Amino acid sequence: MAGRGRGRGRGQMTFNLEDLGIGRGDSLPPTTFKPSPLFPPMPVQPVPLQTGEEVEYMLALKQELRAANKTLPFYIRRAAPKRDVDRYSDKYQSGEPKDSAIEWSPDWSRLPKELCIKVRKPLAKRHPPQVKQPKKPPVGKEEILTKLETLEKNEETVNSEEEEDGEKKKANEEEEQPEEEDYEEDFEEDTDYIMSYFDNGEEFGGDSDDNMDEATY
Amino acid sequence: MTAQEVRLCGLLLQEHFGEVVERIGTHLLRGGAQNLRTIANETNTPLDLVKKSLCVLVQHGACEFGSGRRGPGSPVEYRASCERVLRVLRYPRYIYTAKTLYGDTGELIVEEVLQRGHMTMSNTVKTVADRLTHNMEEGRSMEYSEVVSAFSKLVETHFLQRCPPVAEMGTAATSTTPATPSTPAAPASTSPPTAESNPDCYKLPHVTLIGRGKRRRSSDDSEEQRGGKKAKMDSESCGDEGIYWLVNFERFHQHFRDQAIISAVASKLDQTSSEIVRTMLRMSEVTTTQTAAYTQPLSANEIFRSLPPNYSISRPILDQYLSLLVDDPMEFVGKSGDSGGGMYVVNLQRALANLARATLESVVQERFGSRSARIFRLLLRKRHLEQKQVEDFAMIPAKEAKDMLYTLLSENLVQLQEIPKTPDHAPSRTFYLYTVNQLPTARLLLQHCYKTVANLIERRLFETKENKRLLEKSQRIEAILASLQASGAEPEQLTEVEEMITAPERQQLEALRHHINKLDSTENQVDETVFLLESYIFSTKTK
Repeated sequence: MAGRGRGRGRGQMTFNLEDLGIGRGDSLPPTTFKPSPLFPPMPVQPVPLQTGEEVEYMLALKQELRAANKTLPFYIRRAAPKRDVDRYSDKYQSGEPKDSAIEWSPDWSRLPKELCIKVRKPLAKRHPPQVKQPKKPPVGKEEILTKLETLEKNEETVNSEEEEDGEKKKANEEEEQPEEEDYEEDFEEDTDYIMSYFDNGEEFGGDSDDNMDEATY
Repeated sequence: MTAQEVRLCGLLLQEHFGEVVERIGTHLLRGGAQNLRTIANETNTPLDLVKKSLCVLVQHGACEFGSGRRGPGSPVEYRASCERVLRVLRYPRYIYTAKTLYGDTGELIVEEVLQRGHMTMSNTVKTVADRLTHNMEEGRSMEYSEVVSAFSKLVETHFLQRCPPVAEMGTAATSTTPATPSTPAAPASTSPPTAESNPDCYKLPHVTLIGRGKRRRSSDDSEEQRGGKKAKMDSESCGDEGIYWLVNFERFHQHFRDQAIISAVASKLDQTSSEIVRTMLRMSEVTTTQTAAYTQPLSANEIFRSLPPNYSISRPILDQYLSLLVDDPMEFVGKSGDSGGGMYVVNLQRALANLARATLESVVQERFGSRSARIFRLLLRKRHLEQKQVEDFAMIPAKEAKDMLYTLLSENLVQLQEIPKTPDHAPSRTFYLYTVNQLPTARLLLQHCYKTVANLIERRLFETKENKRLLEKSQRIEAILASLQASGAEPEQLTEVEEMITAPERQQLEALRHHINKLDSTENQVDETVFLLESYIFSTKTK
């Protein structure tokens, strides 16, 4: 019983087609094979826009508001990505906010505490050398006096002299540390030979790298 | 929050506050209430940017915060409000209304408060006075007292209201009534306090502002700004610290609704009847709540006394007009009693329903033709009709009627209702009736409107991006021209600079400006439809 009447005319359906308004002999619209187009042709044109003073004024207002929004502090921009090299013009041409705090001051009593961004200023100088600064002159004078005394004594105690000089140097500001280190390096050699006369062989074989086809001997 | 609403909100946030705020805002809209860390993790944005965006959103009232779900100890949760973001579309209309009601001063006050979210009264007065002075001629400046009087008028008519006090856990509330430390914890978890719950929300602070607006000259612009910053750091308080004012959107919406009703009456009947309705609405402005179905009853004697003086109509004529209004099928005005010469009310809810119905009908008419509109109107009136009955009543031949009905059905403007004759719902023994439900159709159209506005914004952004190079070039040339003119150059130099833009480029620029203007004013117009449909849907919710 199933499948009776298959293939005859449109085919049987479980409901009466007349009720839906498709009478006998009417042809159905063709079946579609693809999705409807993105911009279907419009059967009727839309009604033209309203014109008038009111409309123009509101249009001008809208465009002004849009332009003004860009200048307000509420317009949040991402921080510009850091460029590879610091350029000279960065000092004079910064459009982005320097620190991450917001540029307007809201009433913090109306906002939760966690939204407040605290800006930490980086410590420019370290404190310990400044603390020692006032102590330096009297200490220096004492050191100089002791040094003069010890220099008058025998020169075998070169090491003790080194230590006193090292202490004196360390009591100075730490900015002079590189100089101090250089000074100590020279002293550590503990020889009378001038350093530039000695060739410690680091440059040997450097010239032969240029001509690789010659064999090295 | 439907997908179209969220998309439109995202575009509006992007235009007004930038991409970062847009990302955070859409995430909040989609995801509901979340705390700070969750937002930062899920949107992959640095914590500082998230904090900044949340500050901006809270400042403008688009986001609210409250204690977390797990009680007072859990982190603060933030909720974004889709409705508030959609209001941004209507800003030009609010500002224009303020201009028509209270002049340039009122317009600038409303514009400043809208742009800043919420402001103190003293701040607003100073900024507006400075702006007005800037636009005046040399030598004249704006008195603070004039701005203060405009501000107080706005507050008296409820267009501006105080910000609701913040019931934050632990921190002191900034309302005039002191709250004990224990109570803020309880209300914060239930619902955020609205502006109306504050009894002082329309009370002006006792602040005397004496002074005049400062004219900002371009030469000492930077000095003024630095001076202004210094003043802020000195914290010169004018006595109204902590009292912030924001724009009362509901009051503006009430005004728009009244305007819509009055213009509908004017176009259906005549000017005099619209004046009568306007008088009735004006008298019941402050006595009607926002969700009332109809205004308070007004007697004909009162209406007669309150008519504007240039409309001198006699008493019997007024009675005739009132009875005409009552008998009108649109049912704008209803009669609720006979005392005092007849008690009349304006049927707000019914008027809104009728306006929404007219909108739906006109949409169908413009999209599908007047015959489809006839079928649509028929179905609205007669509720349920069979296919055959539709053909007969609409007097349209069967084939065409069938076509139109199916087009409307495929657009979901018309629905099919099955009525079975037998309990087994056999299709051959079931009635199929066509019907139109006004409320769901209005919702559908509202979503279409949101989609339309979003498409318009996207198209405008696309057009701007396409011609970015040209726009930048024209801006640069304008800047050069302006600086040349300021420094007094000869006309030859000016023409030489102007010729840097070639004629085809000029045409292209002109076409671009024309397109953008069209898109913008279309957005404004669609927003009017959005307002009407939103008001109708909202009025049906509170029953």
